[in-house]
Amino acid sequence: MSPYSGSMYHGSPLLLSILGPLTVKTIGGQPSHLLCSLVSVFADLISAILIRATGHSLVRAHGHNLKSLGLDKLFKDIEILPSGDIAALVYLWNPFTIVSCVGFNTSPIENLFVILSLYGASAGLIPLAAFGWVIASHLSLYPLVLIIPVIFLLGYGLDAPPRKLFMQSNSRVGEERPVDRVGLKSVTNKPLETKIFSWRPVILFFLWVSIWILYVLMLCAIAMKEHGGLWEMFKRTYGFILTVKDLSPNIGVLWYFFAEVFDFFRNFFLIVFHVNIIFMILPLAIRLNHRPCFLVFVYLAISSMLKSYPSVGDSALYLSLLVLFVNELAEMQFSFFLFCGYVGVSLLSPVMHNLWIWRGTGNANFYFATAMAYACFQIILVVESVSAMLNYDRKIRKLCNTAKG
Amino acid sequence: MSRFKSSFLLFLLLFSAYESIASEDIVQVSEEFTEALLLRPLPDRKVLAHFHFQSTAPPTRTYGRHHHLFPKSIYQLVHKFKVREMELSFTQGRWNYERWGGYDPISNSNAKPPGVELWADFDVPQHQVEDSWKNLTHALSGLFCASINFLEQSTSYSAPQWSFQSVSGKLRYGTLPREAVCTENLTPWLKLLPCRDKAGLSSLMDRPSIYRSYYHSQRLHLRSDEFDTSKTSTGIVLEQTLTVVLQPNTFSGKTSQLSWSLSSLFGRKVGGKCSLSNSSNVYVQFEQSLVSKVKELREKRESSKNEILMHEGFQNNPLFELSLPPKRIIKEVEKLTKEGSILYEFSVEDYDESEPFDLGLSWKVPVFWSCQQAPLRTSRFLLGSGNERGAIAISMKSTESNNVERSGRDDKECWLRVGIFQVVPWYVKVYYHTLEVFLDGEPQHTVDNVEKIHVSPSEDKVSPGVMEIVLRLPCSVSTAALTLEFDKGFLHIDEYPPDANQGFDIPSAVVRFNDFLTNISFDDNSLKRVPILSKLEENIPVLSYTEVLLVPLTTPDFSMPYNVITITCTIFALYFGSLLNALRRRVGEEERLLREKAAKKMGPLTLMLSKLSAKLRRKQWEPPKPSSSRKSVINKKLILKVLLVAGIAVAWQYYFQ
Repeated sequence: MSPYSGSMYHGSPLLLSILGPLTVKTIGGQPSHLLCSLVSVFADLISAILIRATGHSLVRAHGHNLKSLGLDKLFKDIEILPSGDIAALVYLWNPFTIVSCVGFNTSPIENLFVILSLYGASAGLIPLAAFGWVIASHLSLYPLVLIIPVIFLLGYGLDAPPRKLFMQSNSRVGEERPVDRVGLKSVTNKPLETKIFSWRPVILFFLWVSIWILYVLMLCAIAMKEHGGLWEMFKRTYGFILTVKDLSPNIGVLWYFFAEVFDFFRNFFLIVFHVNIIFMILPLAIRLNHRPCFLVFVYLAISSMLKSYPSVGDSALYLSLLVLFVNELAEMQFSFFLFCGYVGVSLLSPVMHNLWIWRGTGNANFYFATAMAYACFQIILVVESVSAMLNYDRKIRKLCNTAKG
Repeated sequence: MSRFKSSFLLFLLLFSAYESIASEDIVQVSEEFTEALLLRPLPDRKVLAHFHFQSTAPPTRTYGRHHHLFPKSIYQLVHKFKVREMELSFTQGRWNYERWGGYDPISNSNAKPPGVELWADFDVPQHQVEDSWKNLTHALSGLFCASINFLEQSTSYSAPQWSFQSVSGKLRYGTLPREAVCTENLTPWLKLLPCRDKAGLSSLMDRPSIYRSYYHSQRLHLRSDEFDTSKTSTGIVLEQTLTVVLQPNTFSGKTSQLSWSLSSLFGRKVGGKCSLSNSSNVYVQFEQSLVSKVKELREKRESSKNEILMHEGFQNNPLFELSLPPKRIIKEVEKLTKEGSILYEFSVEDYDESEPFDLGLSWKVPVFWSCQQAPLRTSRFLLGSGNERGAIAISMKSTESNNVERSGRDDKECWLRVGIFQVVPWYVKVYYHTLEVFLDGEPQHTVDNVEKIHVSPSEDKVSPGVMEIVLRLPCSVSTAALTLEFDKGFLHIDEYPPDANQGFDIPSAVVRFNDFLTNISFDDNSLKRVPILSKLEENIPVLSYTEVLLVPLTTPDFSMPYNVITITCTIFALYFGSLLNALRRRVGEEERLLREKAAKKMGPLTLMLSKLSAKLRRKQWEPPKPSSSRKSVINKKLILKVLLVAGIAVAWQYYFQ
């Protein structure tokens, strides 16, 4: 029977062929879903390790960049936190992660591939980055937008202050070279060369992407050979995501909107909401092109906020990525307010859901209100973190200017 | 002139007479209409009245297209949509299988699920079946003043594979459990009868007494072999039945059973037969257990009074008395060691308006008996609470009437085959892999007990879920149960019915005992010509319908679509605006720098722009005149741009025409 006969399954046929047998298999009288949960726990562990590795390289790059700008002395009294370790811990101990494991959601697996692609790109492992990106976007469509930060990562390297500053400081260093020490010179000269967009890894990346896409499509075509082919697969996975057919309640805002909106406006609003995700890609890419990892965080946060069927697993991912920039975002506003908001919503939302669905004493609006509050908190989080990051860049520029002047 | 006219008329007359004689010679068969009423006392003081009308039309090939008895609308329906077989039933109330019996032919063919049930088998190519079905539902909807047209949507009908007799795959089945059945459905149904309810047995159909009944089901069954090419085609057979379970409202203190008569049941009497019908009979049926009670009683009396009774007459029946002498008594052929049921036949033909037919039955002694049951009594219910998920359970209890004969099996390998056909609407998302079978309360391996299964899962807003399953249960089983888990779907507000909080109906499941065939056979072959009796003689499998389930679904707030739309859009605007603002905001220093730059760079351009706007305004007031060369250049550019835009617009318009 086709995996898509009936409206029960909308994921990838490959995922089904791996996870499907696991849901049936039992070990020694344990409930049958134990294996599935174990798979997601395992995926989460790997993701945490990869986040840690990415965080370490980010911290290294951070210190390196400061040094190259000659600001390391200014920041000496501020301790650089090991953001990778913190982020990995945050990912593992996040209640959202635990909840999505207990509920055997597929989001740990999707998260794993997103992080795999991020790690691959940051460590320069081009095939890994391509593989992660292809599988992640095959599984849930939205990671498609991550191609922009991945290209930046491969082209420009890891997060750094704006390139203009490096040019300025380089020119300054060039001027001061005769009086400078020799050791510093070798360090400062390097960034100037690496900051130029390098096309070779990007082209390699595209090559690998096409290889992986062909590979995945071939596997899917084999899996779907007797059930309507690839077109059926695209219709049932991506089509299902794009047309928001399932109106069962989730933590997003789209389900209630599309349950209530008038039918003749449906298509219009579908376009508007999806365009909302796409529209912000370009401005963000222009403004934050020097910080590709942060760009990954912003894209993931936006898509998990506006996607058709969001889950708390997505939030777990972007929250842990947020922690990767704990050094840069130290001066973020409303962080306590946001923390309280997240806690409040994650406590209230199950209560409202229970009241509405199980007890029948509540109303859909109660639950929808918590979903909206959650969306608002996410918006504030994204906006505040973006502006905090921009402010941080400004601060660095100012410090450079004062150092220069 | 007049002579010529008369001779011409005479010629015409002769010619037509000749024609009719000739046609009669060829055809032999002609249209027929028969009416019959079967009455049966039920164990719980109620009376079953079963009206049976049958019209037949000979095949068009030999008879032509004009009928004087057969309803034209049905004939056209058959021809237009090429219906091979069709059954439509309107039912109000639920057939009580426990008390009213579930094994005899009448309960098996006339106990129907509440609301409307329609199935039709078409004689068209496979790809046209859907269209034929849709058109048929619309036609029937208009014909019977019912909302049968809701069956047109693909979410409400299904194509059973092997649960129905047809194996052609051209059968479609649909039910509307919530359809309210009332007199506006009965009137068009009566219009199909040649005498309507003006004469004959149908004149008994007094609307208040019929709709006061505990159960009534009007049914229309159509069978045609018009499109078969074989010689032995019989044309179209239209069978209309109305089955009513009534409570006699006369009270007699002594007996537990209530005496009744036609006039007390229906409030009317039959004033003669419908003159167009071939036969017009009333039957009173006494079930086998009642007959054996009579025999018992008689034997007791014989032994006590030592009185010899020569024949089983109706006058000296110890149990009951019929007010009119029957025309004849028809006995069922005895099966194995059991008594057969008895039918008393009365003919309405001998009665007229002045002396109306009013049959009465009065009981002499209190009597208790029970009806023959189907091998398993089925019921269906919901498990779980809350509005997110639940489970459907079908429970089957052995009815202790396992003494009914089972065809072709020995004691060692005794299996009971139970076929279940269940249609579930798409918003009840059944997980078919959670199918569990319990025998006597013990969970069993599903594979061991399922002989055959066919599942087509539901598709959201496209098709319902259909499950056909044949269970194989050991004969000794006393209870069997079947559970299926489901999730409840969430609908768009337009998809909820007006009273959404009442819940949604899951149509009845059909439980079929394929090994059990039921009929009442008579040894008199001459009876085969009476349609109702030949109908009773047909072998039909025992089947029963389960209850309709009411599933409450979660409802959104219907009152505030505008609020939801505006608030959600506000959130999106908040996101978009604030993020864009954060991205393009500059702090004081940068702004100053930019302003300085702009003052240097953009100075002439902004100047130009302001000049241009000023020029535009001037241009509208004054005709253009040659001015300084710089201005004219700008003007030319402007005109060029305008022309370009106009050209694009024209090209666009042209292209899309």
